[in-house]
This record gives sequence, structure tokens and C-alpha cells, in this order.
Amino acid sequence: MTDLALRREPLDRARLLTLLQEYGVYAGVAVLILANIALTPHFLSTENFRTQAVQVAPVLIVALGMALAIGSEGVDLSVGSVMALSTSLVSLYLGYGVWIALIVAVIGGAVIGVANGSLIAFIGVQPIVATLALMVAGRGIALVLLPQLKDIRDPAMASLGSGALFGIPYLVLIAAGLALAVGFTVRRTTFGRQLLAIGDSRPAAQLAGLPVRRVLILVYVVSGVLAAVAGVLASARLQASDPTSLGTLMELSAITAVVVGGTPLSGGRVRIGGTVAGAVLIQLLTATLIKHDLPPSWTQIAQAVVIVLAVYAARERGKR
Amino acid sequence: MTAVQTVESESSTFEEEPLGSSRAERLSALAQQHGALVTLVVAVIAASLSFDTFLTVDNLSNMAVSSAFLAVVALGMTFVIITGGIDLSVGSLFALGGVLAAWGSQYGTLVALLLPLAVCGLIGLVNGLLIARARLAPFIVTLASLLAARGILLAVTNEGATTYLVDEKSFFARLGQDKILGIGVPVWITVALFVLGAVVLRRTRFGQYVYAVGGNEDAAALMGVPVARTKTSVYALSGLCAGLAGALNAAWLVSGVTILGSGMELEAISAVVIGGTLLSGGFGFISGSLVGVLLLKVIQNVINQIGSLDSAYQQVVSGAFLAVVVIAQTWLGRRRRML
Repeated sequence: MTDLALRREPLDRARLLTLLQEYGVYAGVAVLILANIALTPHFLSTENFRTQAVQVAPVLIVALGMALAIGSEGVDLSVGSVMALSTSLVSLYLGYGVWIALIVAVIGGAVIGVANGSLIAFIGVQPIVATLALMVAGRGIALVLLPQLKDIRDPAMASLGSGALFGIPYLVLIAAGLALAVGFTVRRTTFGRQLLAIGDSRPAAQLAGLPVRRVLILVYVVSGVLAAVAGVLASARLQASDPTSLGTLMELSAITAVVVGGTPLSGGRVRIGGTVAGAVLIQLLTATLIKHDLPPSWTQIAQAVVIVLAVYAARERGKR
Repeated sequence: MTAVQTVESESSTFEEEPLGSSRAERLSALAQQHGALVTLVVAVIAASLSFDTFLTVDNLSNMAVSSAFLAVVALGMTFVIITGGIDLSVGSLFALGGVLAAWGSQYGTLVALLLPLAVCGLIGLVNGLLIARARLAPFIVTLASLLAARGILLAVTNEGATTYLVDEKSFFARLGQDKILGIGVPVWITVALFVLGAVVLRRTRFGQYVYAVGGNEDAAALMGVPVARTKTSVYALSGLCAGLAGALNAAWLVSGVTILGSGMELEAISAVVIGGTLLSGGFGFISGSLVGVLLLKVIQNVINQIGSLDSAYQQVVSGAFLAVVVIAQTWLGRRRRML
């Protein structure tokens, strides 16, 4: 018996590490929930769950697109600016009806995505620079369109922001639906397979005859559209369009959620379940720290530590 | 230089022609190196012809001082980018440096200068160690330290509620506000740092290591270049530069403004890239970054002068400009096959 146990030990350690990398984020969420149940009063109320879920929804939606970009061995820094652009567009076109406004906002996100994708796929600019350029320009365009904060007074937008179906807020339903759709796309569609192949090795994908450029452009269009949707939902919840501050540092939160969720930055793998858990983990961590009266300074430092630990844990897998 | 420039880390580069063989190639290298300078000259001429107020002493000296802080940050960023890395934490470090300098100025100029340098340099060193020793991706590590530095800033300033002021009569404040020969002290310091930086990059062993690491890390390691130490040093250097720029800025404003520096990393990266340094590493020069900073500031200034235009156009133009420069660079430097 003891002999067996001794022999299995090194193997167990390696397996433990893999398990930690694969499921560490879920364990983290579980630990946070348990700790909160024990320590935070009124944590187990429906009201609290609803608040947390509504707050995590926009971040999660942006993170889904970010996961695809990172899976293709890229990154999309323009997401925060796309949110700002979409909130400007919504408030400008609300006069023509809600649907028109929503469609225009989503088209705006898609246009930025096409620009990102073309720079990356056709010109060969590194994703970080291409999306940086559109991050700077995007917020500028948003502010040109709508120079300052404007209230949204529209019953349809109000119900989108605060309404619920069977007690579940629309925002949460939409985020969950999009997560399922993106997860399905990654696992079950040709586009998903091609995206992962490109992220794994772009030259190999090229040699295998995959439509590399088309797939890359589509990746950034999806990311742009999802960011635009997140911008619309955030404006609906806030009942206002604020292109100056909406979505600032959103790229950071989204990248954190994706990375903490175990998607390697080296591309070729996308973990949608992990991304959802990553977004929830960050949200719960922040909420817990704030609930226990830790100032925002410590919240940010804690987030930084979590990011570094998550990347450190994912390091071995990323190398290959 | 062309030899270094063509070394690309990701794609095969075996079908290289001998360097400088054709005139077209030399022309494209020239355009890459001096394109920003030509654009700057054109922009300055156009601006001074269009606006009477552009070439006034007041306007120019204002522009020089406000360029100085960004330029110091861009100086450190140039070293980082030449090694093929990126440092997103500089904006936060700039703000943190300013706050620490303003707080420290009550204990004298020495503390006001050394405290931000020590703290920001230390954070840069941690960045470097995580990137070089633990082999984590630069942009994620420096993204994390962006958050951490901001957190420290909030902790120091009572969650952003306290703004530390610098005594206007102190030597430290004069460091930011005095003029020598009509030019602000921060500008002189910046010029001195750029000369120093250029000498270090061009004429020292460390500078050659920086190029070698950015050109091809594995080859550099095989040649005996201390890759990890070089990479660690450039991030520490970038942290030092950001901290110093923040301190000088605090001396100029006579207060440690807590909300500064967000988006500064983007400006610094843009300036370096516009100046001709390749983000893929291995190629770049200090003077280009200075030209890049000046170009960005001239564009900002012109847009501010057009009274009817909102300052948001500044961002649109900067972003579009960055895109154009990157497209031009990629086309000019295209020897690698496009995938």
C-alpha cells in the first residue's frame, strides 16, 4: 500500500498541476462563494445574485469576443472604445426607433472590427498595434458624435436594461445566450476549427489552405459586434450615454477574464466555460473586497496579483 | 541596420537579399528612418503658415515643456520596444511618480526625486523579472502592474481624495518651473537624457545587447548575450523613466495630480512607432521617438488652435495617423512574406 502511494506521488503532482491549470478558475469561484457564504451577510439572497450577474454581463460579453481574438493569437484592445461608439450611436439614432438604433450601433462595432481585421489580415500589422490605433480613434469618433453625457429616455431601452423574464434579468439572459452561442461556434463549427488552427500556427493554417484572412477578419468583426452589444446593454442599464467613460479599461477586464479562465495567450485554444468563470471570479473578488470595506486601491492590487498568478499557472501549458 | 531590421521572429526570412543591394531597398530604409522627421517639418511649416499664433515663443515653449514629460516616458519605451517587448504600465507609473514626488517634496528635493525613482524603478524591475525570468508575456505582466501601480497610487492618496502640493518656493518646484536661456528646465533635462540614451543605445555593450535580444532572442542567447539580464534592465529603465517624468511633471504643476497618466502608455507607444522603431523588435532609434513625440504634440496643438474643432478630433487624427504610419512601415519593411 505505502509502496504504491510513494510511487504515485510524482505523477500526482504533475496531474495536480494540470488539474489546477484546467479547473483552477472553477475552484477559485467555488472558494470565493463558500467564503462569502461564511463571511458576508446577505450573500445568499436572490437580490445579491441578481446584482452580481447584471454587473458581470457586459464584461462577459466583451470577454467572449476577446477570447476568440486571443485564441487566434491576437488581442483586441479596441473593445472599450467600441462600447463608447455604440453608446453614442444608440443615443443619436434613438429618435428613429429602438431597432434602428440597435442595428446602427451593432453595425458601428462591425465596421471597427472590419478595420481591425483588415489591418491585421491584409496588411500584416500586429494585432496589438492595429487595435491600439482603433482604440484611440474609436473613442475620438464616439466623442465627436456625442460630445457629452446624454440621458436615454426610452421605455424600450429602460425595459432592456432593468427588465426580467421569470426573474432573470434580460442582461443576464442575453449574456448567457451569447456565451452558449460562442461556445458552440468554437467547438462545433468550421469557423471555430479554422480559428483554432490559425491561432495554433498561422503558417501551417495557410499551407493547409485555410481562408486565413477571411477567418481573422471575422474574428475581429465578432469581437467588435459583441463589444457593441455590451455597450448597448450598459447604456440601457445606466439609462444614459456617456462616451467619455463607458468602457474605459474594459479591454483590461476582458483580457483578465479570458486569461484567468485558462485560455493561453499563445493562441490555438479557447475556453469559453473558463472565460465565463473568469469573469465571474473577477466580479466576485471585487464585490467581496468592496463588501468588506477594502478600498478600491486594494481591489486593484488584488486583481493585478490574480492576473499574474493566472498567467504564471498557465505558463507551462502555453509553451508546449 | 537593415540587417537587424529584417530579422523577424515569427516568419521565415531565408529569402533575404544581401543588405542594401537595391536602390529601392535603400530608399525604403531611408523613408522608414526619416519619414517621421519629414512629416514633422511639413507639419510645422503648414502649422506656422496657417496659424499666426503657432510660432510664438509662448506657444513653442508650452509645447516643448508638455512634450518633455511624454518624451522621457517614450525614451524608456523605446528600449523596451527594441527588445521586442511592450510596457503598458508607464501611464500608471507616471501618475504614481508624480504623487510620490509631491508627497516627498515636503522632506526636500532629494527625497522628492529619489522616492519616485526608487518605487517606479522597483515596479519596473518586478515587471522585468516576471517577463525575463518567469517568461510571462510582457503585455499581460505590464497590464497587471498598470493596475497595481494605480492601486498603490490610490492607497497613498487616501483613495484619490488627497492631492499633495509642492511648496512653490522649494528647489524642487523650481526644477519644474525655472527657465535657463528661456527654455524650461524639464526640456533641458529631457534633451540631456535623450543624448545619454542615444549614446547608451549606440555606443555601449548594453545597447548592442538590446538590439541583439530584439533581433533574435535565441541567437542572442547562443552568442552569449545575457538575455534575461538585458530584458530585466530595459523594463527597470522604463519604470525609472516613467517615474522621473512623473516627478518632473509634479514639479511643473506644483502638485501630484492623481488622475494623470491614463492613456499615456498609448501615446508613448504611438510616438515610438511613429518614430520608426519596429514593434517586432531589433530595429529602432532614440531620435525617432523624440520626433514622434513632437509630431503628436504638433498635431494636438494644431487641433487645439482650430477653435471650432472639438478636442475629440485629436484622438481621431492621432489614431488614424498611427494606423497610416503602421501601414506605411509594414509596406516599407516588407521583406517577410505576408501571411
